[in-house]
Amino acid sequence: MAEGVRPRVKAPKSADAGEVVVIKTLISHKMESGQRKDSDGNVIPRSIINRFTCDFNGENVVDVKMEPAISTNPYFEFEATVPEAGDFQFTWYDDDGSVYEDTKSVSVG
Amino acid sequence: MKFNAMTAVAALMLALPGAVAADPDDDNLVINGEQEMTTKAPLPAHMEDANMDQIMSGWHFRSDETQALEMDDFDNPGMIFVDAGRDQWNAVEGSEGNSCATCHEDPSSMEGVRAVYPKWDEKAGEVQTVAMQINDCRENNMGAEPYGYTSGQMANMEALIALQSRGMPVDVTIDGPAEEMWEKGKEIYYTRYGQLELSCANCHEDNYGNMIRADHLSQGQINGFPTYRLKNARLNTAHGRFKGCIRDTRAHTFDPGSDEFVALELYVASRGNGLSVEGPSVRN
Repeated sequence: MAEGVRPRVKAPKSADAGEVVVIKTLISHKMESGQRKDSDGNVIPRSIINRFTCDFNGENVVDVKMEPAISTNPYFEFEATVPEAGDFQFTWYDDDGSVYEDTKSVSVG
Repeated sequence: MKFNAMTAVAALMLALPGAVAADPDDDNLVINGEQEMTTKAPLPAHMEDANMDQIMSGWHFRSDETQALEMDDFDNPGMIFVDAGRDQWNAVEGSEGNSCATCHEDPSSMEGVRAVYPKWDEKAGEVQTVAMQINDCRENNMGAEPYGYTSGQMANMEALIALQSRGMPVDVTIDGPAEEMWEKGKEIYYTRYGQLELSCANCHEDNYGNMIRADHLSQGQINGFPTYRLKNARLNTAHGRFKGCIRDTRAHTFDPGSDEFVALELYVASRGNGLSVEGPSVRN
């Protein structure tokens, strides 16, 4: 498992029904591309976050496939419409099979 | 006719070298929409002879986009390293079974530290930097290996400690027992080094606000250190930056942690007396 991986999410705690809110996410991760070599000339194995998803009450908001050229500590900022009170579920998928999750609740009214 | 018009345009551009807008801006630095920072201040008393009229944080010399990164802790990439520093703070290391938290409890106990360092240490009989204090603690109170002076772990820890003093004015003491070191630092600041024969002052006092090739010269203040640089995507320590600057004059540099750099850090910090502690800041 990659070291020092920590997901972070910034989302509003409340919104009006139907309001479009800005969500910022960041996960600390080394995003090793698999292209580099160490000082002995051996290839450093690829280790990246390869997929990021955000769901709201079970409905998908974004689903991102990620590639090795994405730099360290990937950051995503996007907008989402909040139709009703509920939970944003964030999921990051690591090459090594680890899954990192975070949840943010938003109330309406 | 066309030729003349072009010549006129060229002449106008030559006459207005400042038209590239390299001057520092007048924006206000407010972090997280609530914490107002002092980024411009009157000259400290000891700088009366300096060739400038006020002191300014390097934040003013950066583009709006870079400035914005520092205005929100979520956007500030330096905060990732603060989190890593917090893990180090709580990690037990060394032969004594201690972590930083064993004695100092919460990192908030470090409030005010960054603002007054480097500082004369009576017991050690020398001027000490935050980094020296960290390693002193690691070696003597924890029985652990010291961090490399400009290592990532050291920068993480310095960032965590700096953050506790964010917004407080820099206030290093330059008289009393620290005066000798301060004088030494001042001499280094005004000494020309390297094949290019440049002193710190040539760029950061005489030419701040101007471009040095493609980059924008600031006053070289260190109130924002350790600083996250976009160019290398990690935290940079003050001594690491000093080394880079002197290297750029094509000189053999002093070593990070050397007496010369400690003296220079004390002197440069004193040039920022009155500015808010910003660490970890975001720069180019």
